[in-house]
Amino acid sequence: MTATPPVLSVRDLKVSTMGRRPAEILKGISFDIHPGETLCLVGESGSGKSVTSLVTMDLLPRGELEVTSGTAALNGEDIVTASPARTKALRGAEMAMIFQEPMTALNPVLPIGLQMDEIYKAHTRMRPAERKTAALEAFEAVSLPDPPRIYDSFPHQLSGGQRQRVMIAMALALKPKLLIADEPTTALDVTTQKQILELIRKLQEEMNTAVLFITHDMGVVVDIADRVCVMRHGEVVETGAVDQVLGAPREDYTRALLAAVPSLTPRPARAQQAPEPVLELEAVNKVFAFRPFLDKLLRRPGHRVQAVSDVSFRLDRGRTLGIVGESGSGKSTVARCVLRLEDPTSGAILVNGHDIAPLEGQTALEPARRAVQMIFQDPNRSLNPRLTTGDSLIEGALNAGEPRAEALQRAGELLEVVGLPRDALARYPHQFSGGQRQRIAIARALMMSPDVIVADEAVSALDVSVQAQVLELLAEVQAKRNLAVLFITHDLRVAAQICDDVMVMRRGEVVEFGPAGQVLAHPQHAYTRALLEAAPGRDWDFAAGRRVTEPA
Amino acid sequence: MSLTTSAPASPRKRLLENPPHWTTVLALIVLLAIIAMALFAPQLAHFEPTKLNAMMRLKPADETYWMGTDSFGRDLYSRVVYGARVSLLVGAGVAVGAIVIGLPLGLLAGWFRGLDAVLMRAMDGLMAIPGILLAIAIVALTKAGLTTVIIAIMLPEIPQVVRLVRARVLATRSETFVEAAVLLGTRPMRIIWRHLLPSTIAPLIVQGTYIYASAILTEAALSFLGVGIGTETPTWGNIMAEGRLYFAMNPWLVYWPAIVLSLCILSINLLGDALRDRLDPKMKGRS
Repeated sequence: MTATPPVLSVRDLKVSTMGRRPAEILKGISFDIHPGETLCLVGESGSGKSVTSLVTMDLLPRGELEVTSGTAALNGEDIVTASPARTKALRGAEMAMIFQEPMTALNPVLPIGLQMDEIYKAHTRMRPAERKTAALEAFEAVSLPDPPRIYDSFPHQLSGGQRQRVMIAMALALKPKLLIADEPTTALDVTTQKQILELIRKLQEEMNTAVLFITHDMGVVVDIADRVCVMRHGEVVETGAVDQVLGAPREDYTRALLAAVPSLTPRPARAQQAPEPVLELEAVNKVFAFRPFLDKLLRRPGHRVQAVSDVSFRLDRGRTLGIVGESGSGKSTVARCVLRLEDPTSGAILVNGHDIAPLEGQTALEPARRAVQMIFQDPNRSLNPRLTTGDSLIEGALNAGEPRAEALQRAGELLEVVGLPRDALARYPHQFSGGQRQRIAIARALMMSPDVIVADEAVSALDVSVQAQVLELLAEVQAKRNLAVLFITHDLRVAAQICDDVMVMRRGEVVEFGPAGQVLAHPQHAYTRALLEAAPGRDWDFAAGRRVTEPA
Repeated sequence: MSLTTSAPASPRKRLLENPPHWTTVLALIVLLAIIAMALFAPQLAHFEPTKLNAMMRLKPADETYWMGTDSFGRDLYSRVVYGARVSLLVGAGVAVGAIVIGLPLGLLAGWFRGLDAVLMRAMDGLMAIPGILLAIAIVALTKAGLTTVIIAIMLPEIPQVVRLVRARVLATRSETFVEAAVLLGTRPMRIIWRHLLPSTIAPLIVQGTYIYASAILTEAALSFLGVGIGTETPTWGNIMAEGRLYFAMNPWLVYWPAIVLSLCILSINLLGDALRDRLDPKMKGRS
C-alpha cells in the first residue's frame, strides 16, 4: 500500500480564526490517506476534526476561518492554493462529502431525482436519458428500495437512513477518489447506522475510494477504520493502524478516551435493599390524535398515533431503570407522561402511591412535581440563558416558599456537591461548558430533594470523557440520596453500565423487560438481539484492548 | 461543531468592536436634530406658528422667513418646527400604546392555547379593516384631537404587536428551560414574566420603531385629508394640505414639510434596521 501515492496528503496544516484576536484552530496537522483506505479522525468536540474536513473540501466559512500555513494535496494538487473554480470542479468529481444531517444537506423542495441529476449535469456531458439511468443505478447500488419511486420522492418522504443512502449515492455518483464523511451516522438509529457503515465499507471496496471518516464514537472507529488519527485541541495526538492505536495506545489522552467508552457487558448487579416503590406505571397508554377541522366536519376519523401502549413498571428507591429504544420507540413519551408534561390517555401513574394521571393544574401536581425531577438532553437549552446559575437553581425552591437567602445557601452547597465552585452561582450558562451545564441541571433537580430523577438522554449530547464524569456524578448522588433514577437512552453501552433493570421499547411497546444482566447479556427477544448486534464496536473489548473473538 | 462560539461581551465593548454603519450614525443625528427641534420649538421658531400677517402672504424664502410664508402670511419655518411636536408625540403615543396593550395580549395568547383561538380571530378581524379607514371613522365619530388621533392610529397597529409577541412566545415555550420551569412548579404567570417576556423585548423594540415611523406617516395623511388634528395646531400633514391649494404658485409650501417628514421617517426606519441587525444574532456579520 505504501508504494501507491496517497490520495490525500495533509502537511503541517494550520487554521486560525479571523478577526482582531485570531485563535489557532488547527496547530499544524499532517496525515495521508491511500486509495481504498479508511482513515478515522476521532476526537471530542473542539478538537478540529470537522475543520480539517472543511479545509479539504475548500468549504471553510469565508471571513471566519483561514488557512495560515500548510498544504492539503489531493492527488498531488494543493487545495489550499487552488482557485475557487478549480476546487468547485474537484468537489463532486474527485472528492465528495457526506454530512451528519441528511435532511439539511438535501433541498427540501426539490425531488431527489432532480438533485441527483444536477450532479451529472454539472460534471458530465451525459444526455438526460443517460443521466436518469445513471441515477437509478446509483440508487440501486446503495440498496435503496424501488429506485424509480425514490427518484420522484421529496426528501421528507424518505426515512433518515434512506436520506443518508441518497447522500452517499450522490457523493459517489462520479466515483470520486476521496470520500469525506463527517459524522454521517450520528443522527441515525443504531440499526440504521450499522447498515450505513456496512454500505460505505462495501462501496469503498468496490470503487477503491479513500475515505476520511470523522467521528467522536470509538465504537464506529472499530467498525470502519483501517487507520486512526486521534485529535485534540487542533493537534494530532496519535496516529496508527486501528488495532495498534486501540490495542496499545501510546498516549495518555488516547488511553483516557478509550477508558471512557462504557462497556457493553452489564456491570455486576447491585444488592437490593427492602423494595420501596416510588414510581409505578400501570398500563399507561398515550395516543396522539390529530383531527383537523375539515375531518370533523366530514365526520372522517382523524389520524391516531399510539405512542405508548400498555407500559407498566415499578421503580424502587435507590434503583435505576433504563428505558432503551430507537427514535420513535416511545421512550421519551413515557418519561414525559411520568412528569406530566404529556397527559397519558389511560392508565395510572403512581408517585409514592398517589395516582397523578388524573390530576390537573400546577397546584394539584405540586407534590408530584417535587418528587419527580428531570434532567434534559441538551444542557444548552435546559437552562434559561438570561438567568444566572443561582436564579435558575433557586427557582423551584422560591416557588415552594423557601426564603431566597436560604435557597441560595443550599444552591451553593449543591454546586459543590456536583463539583462546581460556589461562585458559579453568579455566572450565566454560556460561561460554562456542556458538561458543567449538565452538572448545574443535576443540581437544579436536586434542589427539589426529589425521590425520582428522570434523565432523558442526559449524557447523549456530551463527549465521552465528560459523559463518563457526569454518569459517575449521577451514580454518586444516587447512592448518597437513595434516589430512584429513570434513565432514558438509545445507548446500550451507557445502559449496561448504570442500569439495574432495563426495558426495551419498540414502536410504543415494551418488547423486553428485566434485570440489566439478563436483558443485555442474554436477550430473549429478537429485537433486543438486533439492537445489541448493531451497537457500534461490539467486537472490540475496550477494557482489555483487543478484538472480541467470540460474542459474549 | 468545533467552530468557536464567542461569549457575549459587554454591550460597550461590542459597540466598539463592531461600530455602526455610517448611515446609522447619520440617521441618529437627523433624528436627534428633529427631536431637539420639537423640544426647543419656542426658542427656534421666529414667530408664533399661528400668527397671521395679511401683508406677507405667500412670500418666497428670505432671511426673516427661512422657508417663506403661507397663504395667511404665517411663517412656514416656524410652523414646520412646531409641527415636529405633534408628529413625534403621535408617533411615541402610538408606539408605546400599541406595545402596552399588545404585549400582554400576545403573552397570554401565546401561553394559554384556549385564549389564543379567540384572541387571534379578534385580531384577524381588526387587521382586515384598512387602518386609515378605521382612523377616519373613529375621528369622524368623535371630536378630533391629539388623543383621538393617537387612539385611531394605534388600534390597527395592535394586532401586529400581538402577533409578533405571540410568535416569540410560541418559539420560546418549546425550549426545554420552559419545561424545566414547569417541572419546578413555577406558575404560568411567573413563567410568562421570567422566561417568556425577556425574549420578546428585542423584537418589540425593533417593531416599535417601525410603528413609530408609520404612525407619523398616518397622522400626516389624516391631517392632509382634514380629519386629523385641527388646523389651529400646525402639523406636517395639515401644512401640506393647506399648501396643496397654492402648489402651482409656491410648491415649497408642500416641499418643506414633506422633506422634513421624509427625513424623519427615513432616519427612524434606518435606526430600526440597525437595531434589528444588532439584536438579531442571525443577522450578525451582514450590513
